[in-house]
Amino acid sequence: MADVIKTATRDAYGKALVELAGKNDKLIVLDADLAAATKTGMFKKEYPDRFYDCGIAEANMMGVAAGLSTAGFTVFASSFAMFAAGRAFEQVRNTIGYPHLNVKIGATHAGISVGEDGASHQCCEDIGLMRTIPGMTILNPADDVEARLAVFAAAEHDGPVYMRFGRLAVPRVFDENYKFEIGKGAYLAKGTDVTIIATGLLVERAIAAVELLKAEGISASLINMATIKPIDRDIILDAVKTTGCLVTAEEHNVIGGLGSAVAEVVAETCPAPVLRVGVEDTFGKSGPALELLEIFGLNAQNIAEKAKAAIALKK
Amino acid sequence: MDKAEKKQLRLTALRVRKGVIESTYHAKSGHPGGSLSIAEILTYLYFKEMNIDPKDPQKADRDRFVLSKGHAAPALYATLAERGFFPVEDLKTLRKSDSYLQGHPNMNHVPGVDMSTGSLGQGISAACGMALASKIEGDKFRVYTVLGDGEIEEGQVWEACMFAAAKKLDTLTVIVDNNNLQIDGTVEEVNSPYPIPEKFAAFGFNVIEIDGHCFDCIEDAVNQAKACKGKPTAIIMKTIKGKDVSYMENQVGWHGAAPKLEQYEQAMAELDAKIAAVEAE
Repeated sequence: MADVIKTATRDAYGKALVELAGKNDKLIVLDADLAAATKTGMFKKEYPDRFYDCGIAEANMMGVAAGLSTAGFTVFASSFAMFAAGRAFEQVRNTIGYPHLNVKIGATHAGISVGEDGASHQCCEDIGLMRTIPGMTILNPADDVEARLAVFAAAEHDGPVYMRFGRLAVPRVFDENYKFEIGKGAYLAKGTDVTIIATGLLVERAIAAVELLKAEGISASLINMATIKPIDRDIILDAVKTTGCLVTAEEHNVIGGLGSAVAEVVAETCPAPVLRVGVEDTFGKSGPALELLEIFGLNAQNIAEKAKAAIALKK
Repeated sequence: MDKAEKKQLRLTALRVRKGVIESTYHAKSGHPGGSLSIAEILTYLYFKEMNIDPKDPQKADRDRFVLSKGHAAPALYATLAERGFFPVEDLKTLRKSDSYLQGHPNMNHVPGVDMSTGSLGQGISAACGMALASKIEGDKFRVYTVLGDGEIEEGQVWEACMFAAAKKLDTLTVIVDNNNLQIDGTVEEVNSPYPIPEKFAAFGFNVIEIDGHCFDCIEDAVNQAKACKGKPTAIIMKTIKGKDVSYMENQVGWHGAAPKLEQYEQAMAELDAKIAAVEAE
């Protein structure tokens, strides 16, 4: 469809920061020499005196963010997911997570849709890392509308938030009436045979999967799970009750991310088949983002196949 | 400072040392050596220098202290208790499962602790963030952080130093406790950070070298730091690990071991004798 608006969630992040700064004079943005790529450069241009480039030193940046927050500032610290969650994991854990400080981590270039830069920069482990930090909130928006609202919600939230954004321009899924709330999943479709729970750029692909399944006479529910932590247990239980099996879909290792979070809830409360679509415990590689998403099975066809397999596992 | 004031500070530092021994003895674990080496700097900052109020530990314009070498928590707790942030009696609960006095400082549980620390190399970055906050708000407060000489082997320390100089954080004073010992041996043997002053100077710091057990030297260095504009200051303090407990002085084995009953009694007797001697002056 030619009229679909495509925007990268990282662009929405940069724009939302500029919008927020007008309302919150205690807002500070930090970056680690990636302002042009993370899109905090938009903020730097508008509010140069509230932007600090920490250079290529992510570990220190997380500590600086922590220190600023103790003096009452709302701090957004930005880098690529690989360096924000990966390299600086222990700083985030000990200096932000443990004291539960009001630091918002804007992690862009998450997942394999980074594309040509390849595996060293394609972070498919960040949700898993961040999920193990007590008190960490994790937001993974699906499009620019949701990303903007997620940034606003993060700014209002008291405590650390990890926001996951992508490099690739993705189709807009939500309209201007969309309401975002931390900790709440939302049905985008209601069916009876299987529920797909998707997050990030897989949401748009899951919408297509619902259509593929419909063409085969299969009635699928679809849940957008933008908050990975705290996970919306109620909506997962409702999905199991109404459809009896689940498929998760995410641009992340199948270990540790949304699939794991959903499987944990299901296994402990109402056992049912849960199949996971994601990066199959492997590293990424170079290539155009859209090609890579196909190569790694992060597409509507694979979601639909997994949905049929999940239905077959139902007792 | 006058003689009477210095005498009081010396007595306070000795009481802080007693608090270190008392707490680690009751905890049966902890880090007495590197706690005893920083008693004077903590005493000076909390009893003479910093704008703080034990009745209002969170007041917005207070000066900040970050114990980047968080394992010296017994010294920080003993200083805070002496200063009236919480009862001295509570020091005996250090490291117990029902105590708020965690093995390493927790800012949410201990009145007067400005940053949770313990994982080495991270406190200095948080101190940089605080100093940046102070700068944004018009040099509202000063920030002090104490690092171990082994701690500065962490790469993050130098990321932080580069940042502090680049951002001209002149409200920041970095203090290095150069007691020359770390867990595996002397700092030269393990992975020498020497020469320390030259490194900080190369990173753009105003560098001052002092005897870390001399109150006049500490006062002079802190005043020089406050007068220095446009760059952060590093105070490199030569200290004695285990200072004022005879059998702990310069002994690497007392980095992370607690005194047993007999050792505890001897240490307390030695410190009491030193207190009596200072009082008699």
